[in-house]
Amino acid sequence: MNSPSLLSTINPATEPDKLDSVERAEIDASTRGPVLLFFGTAIFWLLMGSLLGLISAWKITNPGLFDSISWLTFGRLRPAHLNLVAYGWAVPAAIGVGLWLTARLCRVPLLHAKLLISSAIVWNLGILVGLSGILIGDGRSIEWLEFPAYATPILFIAYACISVWTIIMFRFRKSGHIYVSQWYLFAAFLWFPWLYATANILLVWQPVQGPAQGAINWWYAHNVLGLWFTPIGLAAAYYFIPKVIGRPIHSYYLSILGFWSLALFYSWNGMHHLIGGPFPAWMVSASVVASVMMFIPVITTAINHHMTMKGHFEALNWSPTLRFIVFGAVSYTVVSLQGTSMAIPALNSITHFTDYTIGHAHLGLYAFFTMIMFGSMYYIVPRLVGGEWPCANLIRWHFWLSAVGIILMVGALTLGGLLQGLALYDVASTFRSSIEFATPFRVLRGISGFILMGGQLVFAYLFVQMLLKPGSQKKSPAHFDKSDNSSNDSVAI
Amino acid sequence: MNKLPLIFVGIFLTFTSAWIGLVAYPTLNLANVEPIPDEETGGVLPPTTSGMAIAGQKVYASAGCMYCHSQQVRWAPLSTDIAKGLGTRQTVARDYIREKVAFLGTMRTGPDLSNIGVRQTDANWHHLHLFEPRTVTEWSIMPSYRYLYKTQKISGQPSNDAIQGLRGPHAPKPGYEVVPSVDAKALVAYMLSLKKNYKLPESPEPTAK
Repeated sequence: MNSPSLLSTINPATEPDKLDSVERAEIDASTRGPVLLFFGTAIFWLLMGSLLGLISAWKITNPGLFDSISWLTFGRLRPAHLNLVAYGWAVPAAIGVGLWLTARLCRVPLLHAKLLISSAIVWNLGILVGLSGILIGDGRSIEWLEFPAYATPILFIAYACISVWTIIMFRFRKSGHIYVSQWYLFAAFLWFPWLYATANILLVWQPVQGPAQGAINWWYAHNVLGLWFTPIGLAAAYYFIPKVIGRPIHSYYLSILGFWSLALFYSWNGMHHLIGGPFPAWMVSASVVASVMMFIPVITTAINHHMTMKGHFEALNWSPTLRFIVFGAVSYTVVSLQGTSMAIPALNSITHFTDYTIGHAHLGLYAFFTMIMFGSMYYIVPRLVGGEWPCANLIRWHFWLSAVGIILMVGALTLGGLLQGLALYDVASTFRSSIEFATPFRVLRGISGFILMGGQLVFAYLFVQMLLKPGSQKKSPAHFDKSDNSSNDSVAI
Repeated sequence: MNKLPLIFVGIFLTFTSAWIGLVAYPTLNLANVEPIPDEETGGVLPPTTSGMAIAGQKVYASAGCMYCHSQQVRWAPLSTDIAKGLGTRQTVARDYIREKVAFLGTMRTGPDLSNIGVRQTDANWHHLHLFEPRTVTEWSIMPSYRYLYKTQKISGQPSNDAIQGLRGPHAPKPGYEVVPSVDAKALVAYMLSLKKNYKLPESPEPTAK
């Protein structure tokens, strides 16, 4: 139980860790209500959102499917899918993990949890209103901002409460040292409301004239990934990797470089979605340059994580948390380097407007972010419900269905997208060939959706079991391989 | 990095720099673009659009056409858009001043629609295509938008609006006709209005090599 605290191991200047297990359990317990509520609703929307995604995927290869039902038309299902997985699943998952991490790292209990529980309810109400809006045809057709103007204020109010509450925890933090995860959390909780408010004011509530919209749209859509999901994902990776293997982060200075270069370069991304579009060349060029410069934070973070893991890869054999998080961290490197390459105009002219971009989006939001959220939940939930995951085998199924599913999906979309893009680019090719090249890969993508959903159903089952009868079937941590377990922690990691 | 205020200033400044460049700049400079006079006709460029076409933009957004169709012709050295006949010139900011939402798009699962009103000028073709895409393009993967249409019994004279040329399994039963709803008519008016073939000084047509 008394494993060395992360904070004391990375900071030679701090006094020995005073956060004993009792205090830690109290802090964990204070976050129980809101965090479990955010996780539970997130998992529900993940299943709903994935189902809509699956139907959209099958509709692309079978356009006759449900074609007389207006609310099941592809142009409504696709934005409904995106908004459910982004705002229904990913944001609440990020909030839950972010709140728990903030409380632990600031060493303060979460006070007035009822306020956050109310925020969670209001947020989910906003999702329901927004989803209905899209399906009945009030969608805005602005990517990532499809929720109609009567839904987004609900979401903004709920989020603003959450953000303020997190910043208050930072204000009253107990430790002098601020760990790298906290920089990312602090920044993310400030950036997202700013992003969301700006984009909604200028595009949804009082739309600016047409020509300016694309720039603001893509500034938002790219930065919600780069300045909200990415920092939360990285904060979790920076916390859980050292925590599970029980050693400090490789380099404090690489962490600083990685954080500030991300803050500077990621915020300038976005316009590379509009290369050749009706915008001043300098704006597009600025984003292309910033996108290439993203090489610095990505490689820095990758080296830092890899060097931390070095010599401890055997922990992947037994720790569910670590296996999901390392999969996510590696995907972060891959998706970011792919993103940089896609911003280079020579490749962009082929891959833009094709399924290749869809593959990239899933690599980022699923293989990186979602996998890190799954890993974090495997660590956090047992500490909130006071019991162990019921079955290590089911966790193994969840991991492998997710991993195989997402690799198949991204692989299919990437290859299909390349062929489609070459046909669209080649002057001698017909439009028809761009469809015919992509079709078999789109069928594969549809199959991969089933596999991913299988994994999600396993996870949802495990989560519900945890809520209903925590640990009733198991007394020891649900590790994959107990014989190799060198952990001295009594709860699953 | 133990000083929270310092971290705050840093994340504030990095974010603000991009906010000025990518949000404030376009809001100040690209959101007040004016039409220019058309010397040949005495009108303005881009031409004004009908109320029906503007109503059609809403139907376009509501049905989510944008998720498969782009509306931009990119400049020549970087793309083959002009060579592939999507338009005769690059589209520029002024082309989008009539749009409530500029549907630039990020996918070409279906063809670009910047100039669909030039390529397909017949309203009946558009209705046929929206009602059942495979009656006009056999290999199309576009969904049918038949929820925008009504099949009704012909009473007295057939309606002037009825779609002509529906064949095979999609044809209405004898004595029945398929008529477009107001939304369908608005959407087709919008399609027919999509013509970016007027001349703008800032976007010269590339000269033949």
